[in-house]
Amino acid sequence: MKDVEFSIDAAERLNETLNAFLEIDREGALRRAAEIEKENSGALAGVPIAIKDNICVRGMQTSCGSKILGHFHPPYNATVIERLNKAGAVVVGKTNCDEFAMGSSNENSAFGPVRNPWDTTRVSGGSSGGSAAAVAAGIVPVALGSDTGGSVRQPASLCGVLGLKPTYGRNSRYGLVAFASSLDQIGVFARRAEDVARVLGVIAGRDPHDATTANVPVPDYTASLTGDLKGARIGFPRALFVEGLDDEVKKSVESVVDVYRELGAEIVDVELPHAGYAIAVYYIIATAEASSNLARFDGVRYGFRAEEAPELRQMYRKTREEGFGPEVKRRIMLGTYVLSAGYYDAYYRKAQQVRTLIKNDFLNAFETCDAIITPTSPTPAFAVGEKVGDPLAMYLNDIYTVTANLAGVPGISVPCGLSPERLPIGYQLLGPYWSEPMLLNLAHAYEEVRPFTERPPISA
Amino acid sequence: MPINQADIEKVAHLAHLELAEEELKTFGPQITEIIAYIEQLNELDTTNVEPAIGGLTPEGEKTETSHNDEVAGSLGQKLALEEAPDPAAGHFRVPKVL
Repeated sequence: MKDVEFSIDAAERLNETLNAFLEIDREGALRRAAEIEKENSGALAGVPIAIKDNICVRGMQTSCGSKILGHFHPPYNATVIERLNKAGAVVVGKTNCDEFAMGSSNENSAFGPVRNPWDTTRVSGGSSGGSAAAVAAGIVPVALGSDTGGSVRQPASLCGVLGLKPTYGRNSRYGLVAFASSLDQIGVFARRAEDVARVLGVIAGRDPHDATTANVPVPDYTASLTGDLKGARIGFPRALFVEGLDDEVKKSVESVVDVYRELGAEIVDVELPHAGYAIAVYYIIATAEASSNLARFDGVRYGFRAEEAPELRQMYRKTREEGFGPEVKRRIMLGTYVLSAGYYDAYYRKAQQVRTLIKNDFLNAFETCDAIITPTSPTPAFAVGEKVGDPLAMYLNDIYTVTANLAGVPGISVPCGLSPERLPIGYQLLGPYWSEPMLLNLAHAYEEVRPFTERPPISA
Repeated sequence: MPINQADIEKVAHLAHLELAEEELKTFGPQITEIIAYIEQLNELDTTNVEPAIGGLTPEGEKTETSHNDEVAGSLGQKLALEEAPDPAAGHFRVPKVL
């Protein structure tokens, strides 16, 4: 009860500065917390949690950071929310995000950018920026986001918290508003590996409502946090530590490699020969899938409808023109273009073939190592407004993260220090399918010897 | 290949978007630049490479997803219409089609 009250107070107090929450449910959360105190002893009993505003929670809004949904109230809970509720977690609010999860800076939200708690002139990262900022500022211990090309891991890195994208099919996407269905996966933010493990254990598993969830047993993730790295082999893709990578980030992540070596892991060279093509592949596949998924927003069944459109097609067009922001429209346009007659083979089919090559890169690499280490983001948090006019430059922020979504493998971002400007730096670990226990143990072992204890200036 | 304003208008039409004048102007060069970047994929020989359809893992592909054809509850009319911008007499009302 106290934890929930603390979170609600902090969320309300800091929201003017951070803009991390689009809705804070004081009344509902306190009522839930009181009920749970009496009757629930689940794995997350009384734990306050923030939920990205593209995951449906009954009784609260789901705007996806878009004017076209605005104050849409979904008639059902996402499966992950049902599971969190059963485990006794208390949803305290819905967090700001890039519109329909499209962005790497949170500047594409129709409700204004989230500010980075480490420096409010900087971006939080995106698209799950509100969830990352809320955990970084200590408002909540854990939060959920969604990761289509790095949207959990990149903001986690920029805000100095852990962010996990599980294996594709590890948890249910039912009730997550679809952006690119073959890439989307709900992920977890926390300040300690153990908390990520606890939440993942609750939300993971097969769901009949999502045919892409896999029938793979859910292990006890907390039991895997032994800190023992004997025999672990960490792949170091040297070629990715060059072009465009900030010097401080490079130094910091290389020092993590040294820590792992000292902890008993073996460091081996690996190659991902097609990683350089990942952004190109991603922006074909993700936009193609988005152009199809976002066709449902037409002003008929829910959300916003434009006025003064006396004819049906005109109503569709005006609703979408007025309801979507510029980045969403740009991606719908790009996706429609690459799927259009005459271009399908040249772009979409080609991208799917290169996706196979990227998948194979990982399968080959994991024959000689158990996990691969990279930076999460090529730079620490950049300034609000810095990259707004240049979509391609913005897309290149995802260079280290999109490969995991294309291959379906899990990835985790772990904080490893601060830049000279006191901005967080994170490293990423990628593992084979279903290797979350090992990734969490690697993160845990690191935080045991190099705990990230610094707090941001904007803090609860 | 540069994408001109006519191409942009055609794609916008396909996507049911009525773009503002300014968007028609900015999207052309931006999408041209992104497409030029994407075309680096042509450097790769992908003859005989199977396209990756979907994102499933081998375990995901093996997962049985069919279920018995049984009657189950659904949202119901009231709940389904709750968020409609213009519901009327148990229906979604839309502007005239013809």
